[in-house]
Amino acid sequence: MKIKHSLKRKLFQIIAFGYSNPYLMNFKGGKIFKGKWKQFCNPGLNCYSCPAARFACPIGALQAVNGSMNFNFSFYVIGLLLAFGTLLGRFICGWLCPFGLIQEFIHKIPSSKLKLPKIFTYIKYIILVVFVILLPILVTNYMGMGKPAFCQYICPAGTLEGGIPLLSTHPELRQTIGGLFSLKMFLLILTIIGCILIYRFFCKTLCPLGAIYGLMNKISIYHLEIDKHTCVNCGKCKNICKMEVDPVKVPNSAECIRCGECAKVCPQNAIHLGFKVRTSSISENVTVSKSKD
Amino acid sequence: MENKKKYIVRTTIIIISGVFILYGFVRNETEIVRNKAINICLECIGLG
Ligand code: SF4
Ligand code: SF4
Repeated sequence: MKIKHSLKRKLFQIIAFGYSNPYLMNFKGGKIFKGKWKQFCNPGLNCYSCPAARFACPIGALQAVNGSMNFNFSFYVIGLLLAFGTLLGRFICGWLCPFGLIQEFIHKIPSSKLKLPKIFTYIKYIILVVFVILLPILVTNYMGMGKPAFCQYICPAGTLEGGIPLLSTHPELRQTIGGLFSLKMFLLILTIIGCILIYRFFCKTLCPLGAIYGLMNKISIYHLEIDKHTCVNCGKCKNICKMEVDPVKVPNSAECIRCGECAKVCPQNAIHLGFKVRTSSISENVTVSKSKD
Repeated sequence: MENKKKYIVRTTIIIISGVFILYGFVRNETEIVRNKAINICLECIGLG
C-alpha cells in the first residue's frame, strides 16, 4: 500500500513530536522532566518548561548561556545549531519541529485562508538579533545575569506548552500572574488567530530558530534541486507551496521547509529533495546527449 | 554557490560545530542548559 506523501510527513512529524515530548503523565501533577536528556537541545522549537518535554529548547538554552554570569557566548548551543542546520536546514521545520506540527493542526480550523506579504518574513531576523542575542547579553542585573528576552516577552510556544499547563496545576504560581502574563497570552491568541488564517504564521514571521535554519538552507546537505532541463515552467510547484516559495527560482529559499509537496505535484519529476547532489549527473546527461547529436 | 564551494563551506562548518560542541562541554555549558531546563522557567511561562 502506498501512503500519500502528506500523510507520510504527518506521521513522521507525530513520531518526532512524541519523541520530543514523551512524559505526558507529567501534565497531571504539573511536574517537569528532570533527567539527563535535558542537557541536550531539541532540533526544533519545544519549550523546556513543557511538562512532557525530554530536551532543552535550543533558543531558550542559547539565551540561558548567553545571559549567564560566566559566559556571553554559547559554544555548545551555537555548535549544535550549526551542526543541525548544516545537516538538515529547514527540513527540521518541516518534519521534526513540535511547534511546527501544532501550527499545522491549528491551520486546519476552517476559515478563509490568507497569504502573508513577504515583508513580514523579515521580522524573525530582527527578533533573533534583538531578543535572542543582544538583550540577554547586554541587559544584565548587578550579578551580570541577563534574562531570556525572547522567552519572556514573545514565545507563544512557552505560554502554550509550559505556561497554561503549569499555571493550571499550580495555584501558588497563579497568584503571581501579572501584566507580563497578559502580554504573553495576548501574543499567544494573536499567534493562534494568525495560524488559523495563514499557514505556519509563527514560523514565517516570528521564529528565531526558523531564521537560523532558513539562512542555513543555502548550504545544508539536505537540499532541493531543480532539473532545469526537464522543468517546463508550468508553475504547479509555486502554486502548491504553502510557504509561498517558488522552488524553480529560489530552490534554497530561507522560507522553504522542505515539505516536498512541490516535488509531488511536478508533472516532469524535475524537483529532487535529499542528501544526494544530482547536478553533476544532470550536466553529464546533457553533455552525453549533445555529443550524440 | 557552486557545488565545490558549498562542499568546502559545509565541511568547515561541520568541523567548527564539532569543536564548539566539545569546547562547550569542557567548560560545562551543558550544566547551565540542564539547570535552566529542569526548573520551571518563569520567563517562559509568563511570570518572570
Ligand atoms: S520556524 Fe520555528 S516553530 Fe516553525 S518549524 Fe521551524 S523551528 Fe519550529
Ligand atoms: S518549495 Fe516545495 S519543499 Fe519547499 S516549502 Fe514549498 S512546497 Fe515545500
